[in-house]
Amino acid sequence: MSILIGRDTRLVVQGITGREGEFHSRAMLEYGTLLVAGVTPGKGGQRALDGKVPVFNTVSEAVKQTAANTACIFVPAGGAPDAVLESLAAGIKTIFCITEGIPALDMIPVVEEARLAGARLIGPNCPGATSPGRAKVGIIPGSIHREGRVGVVSRSGTLTYEAVQAMTDAGIGQSTCVGIGGDPVIGTQFLDVLQLFAADTETEALVLIGEIGGSAEEDAAAWAAVRMRDVPKVAFIAGRTAPEGKRMGHAGAIISGGKGTAASKVAALEAAGFRVANSPTELPRLLREAGFKG
Amino acid sequence: MKIHEADAKSLLVAQGLPVPPWEVARTPSQARTAAVKYLADPANATGKVVIKAQVLVGGRGKAGGVRLASTADEAEDVAAAILALEIKGLPVRRVLVGPAAEIVKEFYLSVLLDRSTKRLMFIGSAQGGVEIEQVAVENPAAIVYEHADPLLGLADYAARELAFKVGFGAHWKAGAAIAKGLLRTMLAYDADLVEINPLAVIREHGADGNLVERLVCLDAKITLDDSALARHPQLEELRDLDAEDPADVEARRYDLTFIKLEGDIGCMVNGAGLAMTTMDLVKRAGGEPANFLDIGGGAKADRVAAAMRLILEDPNVKAILVNIFGGITRGDEVAKGLIEARAQQRRAVPMVVRIVGTNAAEAAELLEAASFVTADSLDEAAAKAVAAAKGAAA
Repeated sequence: MSILIGRDTRLVVQGITGREGEFHSRAMLEYGTLLVAGVTPGKGGQRALDGKVPVFNTVSEAVKQTAANTACIFVPAGGAPDAVLESLAAGIKTIFCITEGIPALDMIPVVEEARLAGARLIGPNCPGATSPGRAKVGIIPGSIHREGRVGVVSRSGTLTYEAVQAMTDAGIGQSTCVGIGGDPVIGTQFLDVLQLFAADTETEALVLIGEIGGSAEEDAAAWAAVRMRDVPKVAFIAGRTAPEGKRMGHAGAIISGGKGTAASKVAALEAAGFRVANSPTELPRLLREAGFKG
Repeated sequence: MKIHEADAKSLLVAQGLPVPPWEVARTPSQARTAAVKYLADPANATGKVVIKAQVLVGGRGKAGGVRLASTADEAEDVAAAILALEIKGLPVRRVLVGPAAEIVKEFYLSVLLDRSTKRLMFIGSAQGGVEIEQVAVENPAAIVYEHADPLLGLADYAARELAFKVGFGAHWKAGAAIAKGLLRTMLAYDADLVEINPLAVIREHGADGNLVERLVCLDAKITLDDSALARHPQLEELRDLDAEDPADVEARRYDLTFIKLEGDIGCMVNGAGLAMTTMDLVKRAGGEPANFLDIGGGAKADRVAAAMRLILEDPNVKAILVNIFGGITRGDEVAKGLIEARAQQRRAVPMVVRIVGTNAAEAAELLEAASFVTADSLDEAAAKAVAAAKGAAA
């Protein structure tokens, strides 16, 4: 098994004919993801990616014709919240929103609608997820992965690639890697992903990659201390040198009022039984020290 | 983006909130004219005016940036003194002049984005006029919280509940209306914080000459969501360029995220998390990062060259570390940008380059032909950059 995406994923890409959408859809298809449909309003009836994928005007039409069950959104920031609502209305229960730069207030009602619909929204401003050997949704390069049993969850993009590459180079494979996104209002938090990993029989160890800002790492740590007590757990926190009061690129990465510092996150994770790395390259060694045998 | 108190008050007034009158003055004589008006205002119960520096940092009062005056002459002198100040490195270019309030009681009320619940949250306290962080430490029971509904906003009953919990007493109706007004302001301008401290009961002369009390926003702090500024072009004009490094302005033009720091090792990275990590590893290797710089995804040669110019504008920079993990970003594009930038470089600064991921092999060939110093791992790159900076300093 894996979490969020796997062999039964039937993907619809919203914004498939855009520059980013097309580029990454091609990579997802090449990776072996079952990409069954694209949606671009006004381009229904065309075919994308050298004729391999049918394009529909609406998500509900795509779902009706192709039984798509997962959505990936590349729609620009102005239209992305609406694209999430469209997928929810079409009954899709797993939605990845890759789009960055969405105003935070726009996401508040959308996240609530997803919750009420019993759907899982990942992102926005996230790189997506990969279940190595099965499917990849989003923009994570497929080449960095190796099939295995470590679950990876992260707020970043390229930092995750760095960490996953280090694991793969050391012969440590992944069950699923999830990038939850760096915005202040996101659909799925660390804690939500940890709950999924805890219930996944193929995930035997956990890597959590966090950064300054908010308290999601602390919340996840407190839960893992009790519910994932015997699971080997390692973590890395970015932003130890970040100054207070400055947004470090991600809209959510800011220390304010002395809260959300790397030091408080490292302390919370260590208290919860995580081994915390000083550099992403240390993650494989710490996994083995924590008892992971994969 | 932070905006000045006077601009924040204008936004509150536009949303129907009670704010005592004020004027903005850029010169002592403008301040005098405003003071004459407010000193003669029959509503003014103190017979004084307040003059407040407009700078985007806290601690104005302690720095001598908020003072009272009783006469027009005094107001002019005080304004001149404040306009000559520099507060935490920022010049005071404007002052706010208004009637000095006779304060009966000070409250605190704000609305902000609560990340953990993914909702907007009100924070209120009957202990206003001091920093809320201080109240939170010393007397957490004195702070009350109320979340807005994510779909419906703040219902009337919830606003009343909040008003009674904060303890506005006889002014509960005004308190509830102000809470709703703060939320309206938040939504109208895509703010991520609207903070009134103090929200005060003040005493002034009514139309009949008798003293009356009312609840008003005496100070205001608003920060705006940078991601939403594109749909509020009028708010872009409120940006205070004094509060920004000139490099910030340049960075925005090229779609780069740049934050200047105090160290001597310039960093160029793709991705915010990796950029923070690169800084952390520089520090761990015994160096000090000169900046945070995220060139974003899919950067082409011209953006790389612009990033390099930004880094080199900082005279403290003694070495540069380039760390690129190619996903959307193609390594060879970055390498071409670096080669181009170095050809135009006016001062010789050692550079350590690490490019992995998409088209890393092509990048390596280009860099080798141009004899760049390269590194394979992130830790190695950080160590080499620190050594290069120390070598350059020696």
